[in-house]
Amino acid sequence: MTLQTTLPALIVLSSLLPGLVIFLLREEAHRLRTVFNLAGAVLKLALVGVMMWGVFHGEAYESRWTLAPGLDLVLHADALSVLFVTLSMVLWLVTTLYAIGYLEHSPHRSRFFGFFSLCVSATVGLALAGNLFTFLIFYEVLTLATYPLVAHRGTPEATRGARIYLAYTLAGGTALLVGTVWLRTVAGPLEFVEGGLLNALPAGLHPELRLIFVLLIAGLGVKAALVPLHGWLPQAMVAPAPVSALLHAVAVVKAGAFGIVRVVYDVYGVEFAHQLGLLAPLGALAALTIVYGSARALTQDSLKKRLAWSTVSQVSYIALGASVLGPLATIGGVVHLVHQGLMKITLFFAAGNYAETLGIHHVSEMNGVGRRMPGTTLAFTVGALGMIGIPPVAGFVSKWYLGLGAVEAGAAQWVLPVLVASSLLNAAYFLPILYRAWFRPAPTAWPEEHIPARRLETIGLLLWPPVITALLALGAGMLAATPFSPLDWARLIAAREYAP
Amino acid sequence: MPTPQLIYLLTGCALAALGLFGALAHVSLLQRVMALNILGGGVFLLLIATAWNGPGAPADPVPHALVLTGIVVAVSATAFALALGRRLRETRDE
Amino acid sequence: MSNLLAGIVALPLAAALPTLVWPGAGRPLTLAAAGLTLAATLLLLGEVAAAGTVTLVPGGWTTGLGIVLRADGLSAVLLAMTAMVALAATLYAGRYFAGDPAERHFWPLWLLLLTALNALFLAADLFNLYVTLELLGLAAVALATLAGTRAALEAALRYLLVGLLGSMAYLAGVALLYAAYGRLDLAGVAAAIGPEPAAAAALALMFAGLLLKTAAFPLHFWLPPAHGSAPAPVSAALSALVVKAAFYLLLRLWLDLFAPVAGAGVATLLGALGAAAVLWGSWQALRASRLKLLAAYSTVAQVGYLLLFFPLLAALPPGPAREAAFGGLVLLALTHGFAKAGFFLAAGVVQRHAGHDRIAELDGTVQRLPVTSFTLALAGVALIGLPPSGTFLAKWQLLSGAIGAGFWWPVAVVAVGTLLACAYVFRLLGHLFGNAVQPAGRRLAGEELPPLLLALAAAVALGLFAAPLWDLLAPLSAPGPRP
Repeated sequence: MTLQTTLPALIVLSSLLPGLVIFLLREEAHRLRTVFNLAGAVLKLALVGVMMWGVFHGEAYESRWTLAPGLDLVLHADALSVLFVTLSMVLWLVTTLYAIGYLEHSPHRSRFFGFFSLCVSATVGLALAGNLFTFLIFYEVLTLATYPLVAHRGTPEATRGARIYLAYTLAGGTALLVGTVWLRTVAGPLEFVEGGLLNALPAGLHPELRLIFVLLIAGLGVKAALVPLHGWLPQAMVAPAPVSALLHAVAVVKAGAFGIVRVVYDVYGVEFAHQLGLLAPLGALAALTIVYGSARALTQDSLKKRLAWSTVSQVSYIALGASVLGPLATIGGVVHLVHQGLMKITLFFAAGNYAETLGIHHVSEMNGVGRRMPGTTLAFTVGALGMIGIPPVAGFVSKWYLGLGAVEAGAAQWVLPVLVASSLLNAAYFLPILYRAWFRPAPTAWPEEHIPARRLETIGLLLWPPVITALLALGAGMLAATPFSPLDWARLIAAREYAP
Repeated sequence: MPTPQLIYLLTGCALAALGLFGALAHVSLLQRVMALNILGGGVFLLLIATAWNGPGAPADPVPHALVLTGIVVAVSATAFALALGRRLRETRDE
Repeated sequence: MSNLLAGIVALPLAAALPTLVWPGAGRPLTLAAAGLTLAATLLLLGEVAAAGTVTLVPGGWTTGLGIVLRADGLSAVLLAMTAMVALAATLYAGRYFAGDPAERHFWPLWLLLLTALNALFLAADLFNLYVTLELLGLAAVALATLAGTRAALEAALRYLLVGLLGSMAYLAGVALLYAAYGRLDLAGVAAAIGPEPAAAAALALMFAGLLLKTAAFPLHFWLPPAHGSAPAPVSAALSALVVKAAFYLLLRLWLDLFAPVAGAGVATLLGALGAAAVLWGSWQALRASRLKLLAAYSTVAQVGYLLLFFPLLAALPPGPAREAAFGGLVLLALTHGFAKAGFFLAAGVVQRHAGHDRIAELDGTVQRLPVTSFTLALAGVALIGLPPSGTFLAKWQLLSGAIGAGFWWPVAVVAVGTLLACAYVFRLLGHLFGNAVQPAGRRLAGEELPPLLLALAAAVALGLFAAPLWDLLAPLSAPGPRP
C-alpha cells in the first residue's frame, strides 16, 4: 500500500467520506457541515496537488480493485485525468462556497451537501478512471448522485424536470453499458491507452466496432447534450443555481464530453477512428448541435434557459475538436473542457446572483442591473465575451486552435463556417444582455429585492465565486502561453495521442 | 398377460391424469383437494409399482418408505387446506 | 467438523419445539437460533472454501439407504445468505409483531421455515429434497396466513394448492428416476443417467413442478397476491428465500443431474420463459398500485433474469467464460435475496406508519421516515442493477456471456427490463421524496436498522467485495456429477 497505489483512491474518498458524514448531520449543524465540506475540499486540493507534482515528474499512480475475474476497478493518473480532476476540484471548491451562500435559510441542506459531495466524488472517479468499465460505473453513480440535486426543491416542476433528466440519462447509461460490454467481449480489458488500443484488431471486426462506437457515443452524448439527446438539459434548469452551475460546468455535461474524448482518443485512437470513418458523423453531429443550440438560445427570455441552450451548443466544441484529425484540433477541444467550464460557471453564478438578490429571472428584467450589481455583471461580461470568442478571454484560445486544427486537417470548409456562425449567434444572444445591463436605465423597482445593497452589492459568498472564476477565465486566456496553463496541459495531452 | 407392475403403472398414470385434470378444472375447494389427493394416489401407485422385483422375489422396501412419507405429507397438507377453507368460509359469513 | 451440517439443520428445529410450548420465549429463542445458525453457516463457508465440499453421513448409513448431507460452494453461499437474511428479519419481526396475538404462531413456523431451507440446501438425495420442499411449502403457507385478512387467506390457499401440485409433479419425476436407475442419491443417479425417455419425462415433470414453485412466468400467478398480503417479515422470507430455494433446486438438478439429458432446447425454453417474466413482471410492477405488489412483481421479474442465464450456460463450453457467467448467476440470486428482503422489511415500516401501502398516497414519506426511504432507494438501486450493486456485476456477466455466445435477444431483454425497472423504482422514489408531508404515524424503535443493513449489503457490499465468489464457484460451473 504505497502512495502510488492509494493516491487516486484517496482523492475519491476525500469527498466521499465527508459527504457520507454530512448526510448524518442534523439540519441545524451549519458550522460542522461547512467544516466538513471545506475540509474535504482542501484535502482534495492538497492530494491533487501532490498528484500533479508526481505526474509532472513521471510518477505513475494507479489504484486497482478486482470486482470480478477480469473486471478491475482502476483509478489511474494520466495527463488527461489530471486536467479534468484539477478542473473539477477547483470548481467544486468555488461552487461549495457559492452554495453555502445561496442556500442560506433553505431547508434540507444536509441532504443537499451530502449529495453534492457524492456528485463530486463520482466526477473525480470518472476523471481518474483507468478503463472504460470504471468510467461506466462512476458515470452511472453520477446520475444517481445528481438526480436528488435536480429534484431538490421538491416542487412539481422540480420533480418533473428531474424525472425527464433521469429518463434520458438512464437510457443513455443503458446504451453505454451495452456498448461497453460488447466492446469488452470483442477486445478484452479496456484500459485506456494514449493513442488507442483497438487498432490491432482484425479488419473483420470493423463493422462491429463501428456499431459499438455509435452505442458508446449515444450513451455519452446524452450527458454531453448532443442533439437529439439534449432534451433533458433545459428541463433541468429547475435546480437551484449552484446545481445548475455544477451540472453545466463541471459534472454532468463535462462527464459526457470527457467520455467522448476518452473513447475517441484512448479507446479507439483518433487515427483509427478516422480510418473507420467515424469522425465525420461525429463532427456533423457536433456541428449541428453547435448551431442548433445557439439558435435556440436566441429565443429564450429566461436567463437560465438561455444559458442552458448556450451550454448545449458550447460543449459540442469539445466533440468537434475530437472529430477533426490533427493535434491542433485536439488541443482546441481538450482545452475547451477547461475554458468552457470556467466561463459557463461564471455565467451561471451570475444568473444565480441576479435571481437571489433581485428576483431577476428573465433577460427582459435586466435593464440597468450593471449599476446595481457591478461586480456580478462584470464577471458576467467576461464570461459572455469568452463565449463569443473575444480575446483575451479563454474562449478565444479554444476557438483559435479549433480553427487552426480544421485548416491543418483540410476540414476548413465546414468547420470554419460553423465556428463563425456560432460566434455570431453567441454575440447575437449575449451582446444584447450586456447592452441592457450596462446601458439601459434601471427600472424603478426590481422584481423582488431579497438582498438590499449595503457595502457589497450582494452577500460576499455569492459575489466572490463568479469574480474568481471570471478572473481564472481571463487568466487562462491571457496566460495561455505560460507553462502549466490549461493550454500547456492540452498540448502535452495532444502530443501523446498521436503516433510520432 | 400384463404383469401386475404394468397394471399398477398404468393405473397410477390414469389416476394422476384424472387428478391433474380435476385439480385444474374444478372450482370448489373440496373438489380440488380431492382431485389433488387422487393425483397423489396415482403418483404413489407409480412408486409402488417400482418396488416390483419379479414374481416371488421380496419387494424393494425403499419405495414403500417413500410412499409412506408421501402419504403423511399429503394428509397434513389436505388437513391444512381444509382448515384454511373452513376459516375462509367463516370470514365470509362474518 | 462435518457435524456443522447437522447443526445447521438441527438448530432451528430444536428451537422450534420450545417456542411452541413457551410462546413468551419465542423472540429470544429464535434470535439465539438465528445467530448461532449464522455463525455455523459462516464457519461452513470457510470450510468449503478450503476443502471444496463438505459431506456428512448421518448414522453411518451410506448412500443407497442412508441420507447424505452435502455442502459445496453453491449451497454454502446460499446458506450464508439465508442465515443473514433470516437474522435481520428475525430482529425486525421481534419489533413488528410486538403486541400482536399472531406472534405466538409466528416463531415456531418461522423456525420450521428456516429448518426446511437449511435442509433443502444441504440435501443431496432426491427424496430428501422432496421432503424438504414440502416442509418448506407448508411452513411458508402457514406463515402467509398470519395476516388474517380474507385476501391473505385466499392467497395462501391458492399458494398451498399450487405448491401441492408442484410437489406431486416433482415426486412423479423422482418415481420415474428411481424406476429407471434404482437410486435416489444425486451423485448415483447422475453417474447412471443417460438420454432415455424415462429421464426426459422425469426432467419434464420435475422442472414443471419446480418452475411452478419458483413462480416462473407463466406459472407465477400465485405469487403477487401471496407475497403482497403477508406480513412484512414473511413476505421478505418468501420472496428472498423460498423462491430462491426452488430456483436453487432447478439449477442443481440441471447442472448436476440432467446434463446429458437436457439439451439446448430445454435451456432455450427456460431462457424464453425468463425473458417473458422479465418483461411481464417489470411491466406489472410499473402498474402496481401498492408497494408490496410492486415488490412481488419485481420478484417475478428477477426470477426471469435468473432463468435468462440458462441458455448462456448451455451454450458456453466449460472454461472461464462459463465460470464468469455462473458466478454472475449466483451473485444475482444473492443480491436479490438481500435487496428484496430489505425492500419488503422497509415496506413493512412504511405500511405500519401510514396504515396502508398505496404508492400514490405515500408522498413525502421521507420527512417522517428518512432512514426507511433511503433504504427503499438503496434496495431499488440494487433491484435495477445500477453500480455499485452486486446486480450490476451480475448483469454485466449476463450481457457478456450472451454476447460471447452470440445471443442478442437476452441483451435486448435486459436493456428493456432495466429501463422498466428504473421506471418503477423511480416512480416510487418520486412519491416518497416529494415535498408533501405525511401525517405522523406509528413508528417502532429499531425497526429501521435491519432493512437498511440488508439494502446496504445488496447495493454496496456485494458489488465491491464479491470477487472471491467466482473462485469459490469455479469448479461447480461445469455440468456433470459431483464427487
